[in-house]
Amino acid sequence: MSSNDPHGYKKTLSSPYSGVKGWIDSRLPLIRMMEAEYLKFPVPKSLNYFWSFGGIAMFCLIGLILSGIFLGMHYKPSAEDAFNSVERIMRDVQFGWLVRYLHMNLASFFFIAVYIHIFRALYFGSYKAPRELVFIFGMLMFLLMMGTAFLGYTLPWGQMSYWGATVITNLFSAIPVVGDAILLTLLGDFTVSDATVNRFYVLHWLLAFAIVGLVVFHVITLHMTGSNNPSGMEPQNWDETLSFHPYMTIKDTKAMVLFFIVVAFVLFFFPNIMGHSDNYIRANSMVTPAHIVPEWYFLPFYAILRAIPDKLGGVLAMFGSIAVLFILPWLDTSKVRSCLYRPIWRICVLLFALDFFILMYMGAKPASDIYVLISRIGTAYWFLFFLVLAPLVGYLETPRQPLTISNFLRDKKALT
Amino acid sequence: MRIFSLFILTILLNVNFAGAAGSKIDIPKYDWSWKGFFGTYDRSAAQRGLKVYKEVCSGCHSMNLIAYRNLADLGFSEQQIKAIASESLVEDGPNEDGDMFEREAIPSDRFANPYPNDNAARAANNGAYPPDLSLIVKARPKGADYIHSLLLGYKDTPTDFKVPEGMWYNKYMEGHLIAMPAPLMDGAVEYDDGTEPTLEQLSSDVTTFLAWAAEPSLEHRKRLGIKVLLFLIALFILTYISKEKIWRDIKH
Repeated sequence: MSSNDPHGYKKTLSSPYSGVKGWIDSRLPLIRMMEAEYLKFPVPKSLNYFWSFGGIAMFCLIGLILSGIFLGMHYKPSAEDAFNSVERIMRDVQFGWLVRYLHMNLASFFFIAVYIHIFRALYFGSYKAPRELVFIFGMLMFLLMMGTAFLGYTLPWGQMSYWGATVITNLFSAIPVVGDAILLTLLGDFTVSDATVNRFYVLHWLLAFAIVGLVVFHVITLHMTGSNNPSGMEPQNWDETLSFHPYMTIKDTKAMVLFFIVVAFVLFFFPNIMGHSDNYIRANSMVTPAHIVPEWYFLPFYAILRAIPDKLGGVLAMFGSIAVLFILPWLDTSKVRSCLYRPIWRICVLLFALDFFILMYMGAKPASDIYVLISRIGTAYWFLFFLVLAPLVGYLETPRQPLTISNFLRDKKALT
Repeated sequence: MRIFSLFILTILLNVNFAGAAGSKIDIPKYDWSWKGFFGTYDRSAAQRGLKVYKEVCSGCHSMNLIAYRNLADLGFSEQQIKAIASESLVEDGPNEDGDMFEREAIPSDRFANPYPNDNAARAANNGAYPPDLSLIVKARPKGADYIHSLLLGYKDTPTDFKVPEGMWYNKYMEGHLIAMPAPLMDGAVEYDDGTEPTLEQLSSDVTTFLAWAAEPSLEHRKRLGIKVLLFLIALFILTYISKEKIWRDIKH
């Protein structure tokens, strides 16, 4: 910016476009930005299909918001009407069953996409400098997603809605001094009730749009640093990159269509497979279900909660298990990003993924001796992984590393 | 790529563990007409099932999410639906004088409730509440298989099994004790279409009817699903070819 042009006036008028497009772009540089960030944006040549899941997750979010808007036009957030209004949507609203099943199943598939996306970040070291903020915004979104999903699951006012909400909100009462006040504020009553479903409905909308806001930050921070890639090396020259369009747009579209084939298969032929049959029973405060089980995507954290014999301890462990993810960029001491070149850490990360699934399984089981014992071992490994292995392995292991992305691609070719 | 496939496979296998916790009672599997990609509800079975519901179940169980007009789905004509509705009385009002009154039900009414309220239902049934049947097939794990099994399950009480007063033994009920006495037996309902009303037949007919009631959109859903899948598969082939073409000259 020249010194005799304090507002950069000349620069704003120098849009690369002409006509109406140029007029708008010189005043609102959106077209310029979209071109730079989504058409010409250089990405490493070596990306694999793991890198499609960010885009897939975003489409899940868009689908959830659209279907949610239409559900909201027919849903009634009160203890009296909620259950029957959902059934009205299923039976009397044109294509209501489709919108409702879409919303219900996309929530699960959103979590599937995000869990794969997070695993990608762990396995290829996408959380490391300079992408710490990309990762942290991602984790914040994950946290809000869990909140949104929990609130949303309460809304149909089935038995699992009601008792799940009762069990989870009750956790807040474990917080010393202010716990009961928080619980009362959250529920708007002394138990999960009419007031609760009404405010949960409002908060469900609020958090959903807060996630959209965070997506913007996630993408801005990502576009400052550029994408990581399987080699973990930064591109050294233009030859090691491809422009986002058409290379990534077509690759991601292909992956996305395949993902949505799976979504459609479940949605149209097994729409209730990821749900719980008890949620088709209207909420009843006098009848407790035999097993209160949260939605599948909460099960690992539910297992961690139950692994600790103390209530407050369990709550701390559950929130702590997510909190440690936020500081992972600083816990991991290795300079090398990708697990492909870190033999010991690679095993640790794969064991962590296994641990996640084991905990998920344990979360669905009743809290009997053997399951609690396995949950405890699983919980112990979870924290060991972040707090001990991440710093330690970085020192102990001797990583290999290709010099450039081109080397990586050549090695890969030689292997296959 | 191996890790990628493995990860996705595991996550897909894992997601239905949520429903995995449950009972140890083995529920037999039956071959229902609405199973599979092209499954539809057997109309004549469902129509017979309605008769079983009306003559047996509806004495105690409400179905308050279903309206008489919905029966058009099962192939009943408008006249038939009016006739079926008019057999029941519903409370309406208040009229001009401010009084509630009873009238014959019309197609837009929901199925009439057997009891004025939940407490009356309990009082008439030894304190046990007969659940509403609108969603019963979706509200139980194993759905239709379970309902059919339960209706057939009043048999073979083990000699050492103590059945308290007002309860009955049922092979497929959780804990094997049920407050509902055996509702169906051979010949309990006389069919108009000449079908032999055996216990098996009555039970499977009423289960078909209840399955339809729980998920009336099933046929529409499956028909649309086939179209959507075919469209997506075609789209996938196109994106696959486009990807290959666009990436052809890229060494990667």
